[in-house]
Amino acid sequence: MLAAVGVSSLDDLFETIPAEVRFDGRLDLPEPAAEADVWRELSGLAARNRPADELVSFLGGGIYDTFVPAVVEAVTSRSEFLTSYTPYQAERSQGVLQAIFEYQTAICELTGLDVSNASMYDGATALAEAAILAAAHGGRPGGRIVVSGGVHPEYVQVLATETHGLGPAPVVIADDGGGLTSAAALRAAVDAQTAAVVISQPSFFGGIEDLAAAARIAHDAGALLIVVADPLALGVLASPGQEGADIAVGEGQSLGNYQNFGGPGFGFFAARKELTRRLPGRIVGETVDGEGRRGFVLTLQTREQHIRRERATSNICSNHALNALAGLVYLSWLGKDGLPALALQLARSAAYLRERLLGVPGVEPYTRGPVFREFAVTLPVAAGDLVAALAQRGYLAGLDLGRFWPERGNTLLLAVSESRTRAEIDAFVEEVSAHLD
Amino acid sequence: MRTLTETPRRATKPGAPPPGIRTIYEKSRPGRRAYSLPQTGVPEVSLDELFPGVARRRRPARLPQIAEVDLVRHFTELSGRDYGVETGIYPLGSCTMKYNPKVNELVAALPGVRGLHPYEPEELVQGALELMDTLSRWLAEIAGLARTTLQPAAGAHGELTGLLLVRAYHEDRGAEPHIALIPDTAHGTNPASVVMAGYEPATMPSDARGGIDVAAVRRFVNEHAGDIACLMLTNPNTLGLFETDIVEVARIVHEAGGLLYYDGANSNAVLGRSRPGDMGFDIVHFNTHKTFSTPHGGGGPGAGPVVVRDILEPYLPVPVLKKTAAHQYTLDYDRPRSIGKVRSFYGNFGVLVRAYAYIRALGAEGLREVSDAAVLNATYVMAGVRDLFDVPYERPVMHEFVVSAEPLRAHGVRALDVAKRLLDYGVHPPTTYFPLIVKEALMIEPTETESRDDLDAFVAAVRAVVGEARSDPELLRTAPHTMPVGRLDEVAAARNPVLSQRFPDDEVAAARPT
Ligand SMILES: Cc1ncc(COP(=O)(O)O)c(C=O)c1O
Repeated sequence: MLAAVGVSSLDDLFETIPAEVRFDGRLDLPEPAAEADVWRELSGLAARNRPADELVSFLGGGIYDTFVPAVVEAVTSRSEFLTSYTPYQAERSQGVLQAIFEYQTAICELTGLDVSNASMYDGATALAEAAILAAAHGGRPGGRIVVSGGVHPEYVQVLATETHGLGPAPVVIADDGGGLTSAAALRAAVDAQTAAVVISQPSFFGGIEDLAAAARIAHDAGALLIVVADPLALGVLASPGQEGADIAVGEGQSLGNYQNFGGPGFGFFAARKELTRRLPGRIVGETVDGEGRRGFVLTLQTREQHIRRERATSNICSNHALNALAGLVYLSWLGKDGLPALALQLARSAAYLRERLLGVPGVEPYTRGPVFREFAVTLPVAAGDLVAALAQRGYLAGLDLGRFWPERGNTLLLAVSESRTRAEIDAFVEEVSAHLD
Repeated sequence: MRTLTETPRRATKPGAPPPGIRTIYEKSRPGRRAYSLPQTGVPEVSLDELFPGVARRRRPARLPQIAEVDLVRHFTELSGRDYGVETGIYPLGSCTMKYNPKVNELVAALPGVRGLHPYEPEELVQGALELMDTLSRWLAEIAGLARTTLQPAAGAHGELTGLLLVRAYHEDRGAEPHIALIPDTAHGTNPASVVMAGYEPATMPSDARGGIDVAAVRRFVNEHAGDIACLMLTNPNTLGLFETDIVEVARIVHEAGGLLYYDGANSNAVLGRSRPGDMGFDIVHFNTHKTFSTPHGGGGPGAGPVVVRDILEPYLPVPVLKKTAAHQYTLDYDRPRSIGKVRSFYGNFGVLVRAYAYIRALGAEGLREVSDAAVLNATYVMAGVRDLFDVPYERPVMHEFVVSAEPLRAHGVRALDVAKRLLDYGVHPPTTYFPLIVKEALMIEPTETESRDDLDAFVAAVRAVVGEARSDPELLRTAPHTMPVGRLDEVAAARNPVLSQRFPDDEVAAARPT
């Protein structure tokens, strides 16, 4: 082949690189490895971790050990889905495009909103994009984002970081001491400079927020309401759209995706129809070919970076299509009846775990009112100590909230999965009780 | 070449779903189901008791009701209408669609990889942290720079992260420059990222050799002294040409107080041959889904790790990995000058594991061979097709090249038509209409994983299509002819957007007088 292109050595192909920036050394990397050795090394590294599902896990905080049915991988491992690029050539990508269209439909159904994009990186970046959209839409560039203290602290951090160059820092209002948004504090924080109000459903502490009240407060001030939603909670709770939200975003990991040490899952992004032309990222639409045959294409691309460049609504190019496909397969597997049934099961188990834990002397409620799959309690000891002790006993006892707020070092956030049995919960509560004794 | 079989041309009413193409919602039938839920033994409390006073859903989400077999058949049917790297050559310029080794999928599926919760106690995830630390060091070595963050989720996200680092660096010095220089060949994400970081992009022209115009850069920088935040460049650039003046460009920008950002999308050309850090760049992102062979999944996920010079280390996103006295890995959040966080948790770990496996398998020698073969393959294909097109810049190409289909316009044929007709030949077409400075651009990146046979077949397909452009241009203008659908009406899709399933009950509701 060298001869065919008229050079005598591979080095000749790199002559165009000036000598001063040519790298003539050897990269300080390991020797090449055979597949068997790669497998052995990575298996060894993996074996030095304890997967959450080998333990009895009550860890949540945005990533959940929801069961992933076999159909999900059967579909996502199909090479045409796994190894294709963004569907730029529509006629050769009808499968991916139709799947995205079906995904968008599922997200619209869950959120009760009109339009969905094809996915974002994660819940946190989806929130940052929603805030950017809100500031642009309201004609309030530099408008402030008012964030409930019930929003995931990492999401708030990502929002603050990603919008740092665009306007004032987001204002975070403390939760009401029971893991929920205080309507009075929210009303006091919102004014004519506010571009959007952000609230989480359920709150990071697992409590059920009054979205309609938040929508009224936001809309009275001419701001948008952005809801960060747990998609499974939307199997029973009123949808953000129904309650007046303008945008709903969230983390889709627990829809058929593994925990993956936090990524990749996917972010979802849905909005009211009026905001369609400001949405970030890919959107698929239905159309026809010259003979009237139905087909699907990437559409409304004049929003996007490859067309609009510096005037694009976002810089996003690659998204999390395969994870969103897993989400679609999972939601189709659950179906119309399975989603509410699963949501009910999660709520029952969370309620049962909470009731049992609150029966342990010294354990006090933190999250007020009904909860979905997660809730916080305060302990008579440091939450980190309990987590460490129970890890020795085969449990992931939950999330020590001192990680985010030093003053909450005694607060523990616990989540259930639909697989947690009554016997496991009872045994866990016994362990907690023994530890606190 | 594949034999061309004509699909039957059914004439249907516009809008009426033709047989064969039904969405999963249209396959839904009441009472069918795939799901099952585990028995828990937990008391069966009612919704009213669980959620007193809470606003509940008025109607269930209209998810499909479908049996498992029909679910699997549906997606099998869909996948049959797609094309991946495992179907055949995928020479989509700028996208580096190389083959993804299978063992990478296996390691990513290990329970000790995909089963980890990000908030597990650190003692339980030491293997994961070590893997991240090792990969970080490898990427720094490949980049020729000091420290890595694995947090960004894709290339564009890496760009935003890098620009926020630039901002933090200047702010720390009490400076407030607000311009980022970008060549006119840049990918669209570059200017879009600049704006998201709160900077203003300034577009620099290309010179007659297809490189950034150094004189123009010098002039601009002099006219805007004190206002230059950074310059973003990919090298080789999107024309597939090496920016030979890079050292001089770096000097100009650095002397003006600006930093240099390397868009690593084109790293596949220079692995072990030239390092961005040595070229003068301060910040680099890699697209693992291009250079390090993590499959693109029909749009993602990828990963966009960012590597920086030591002066930028204090600003990296939290957490940063470090080793304790007891040789344990720990995640350090106590970084007062950090920009904060750019995504939840630690990045696309499941993707990064694949990149680790890829680099581990190839080692230093293998990575260099990757670039050698990538450049050789591109040069070979270029030699095979160059006489058919206009070649905008007469220079040796690297891992990809751009030609112009402008000569075919005399036959009424455009680059888009060439791409659509190539579909009928069973190959994936190249990128079209990018970079913007080449009219009717065809951007071809064969990648190193294609054999000479595959390259020959691709060249033959391109030659055949250009032959048809001359003899039967209508065949191209109306292509493709063998796909499940003919050329789709994008204008109609945008004019009257149908972005989700229309359900029969919507129509009933819409028809109801209000
Ligand atoms: C030159 C260049 N820069 C940046 C990007 C953006 O990368 P990503 O899609 O990973 O966000 C791409 C990808 O298409 C690219 O080709």
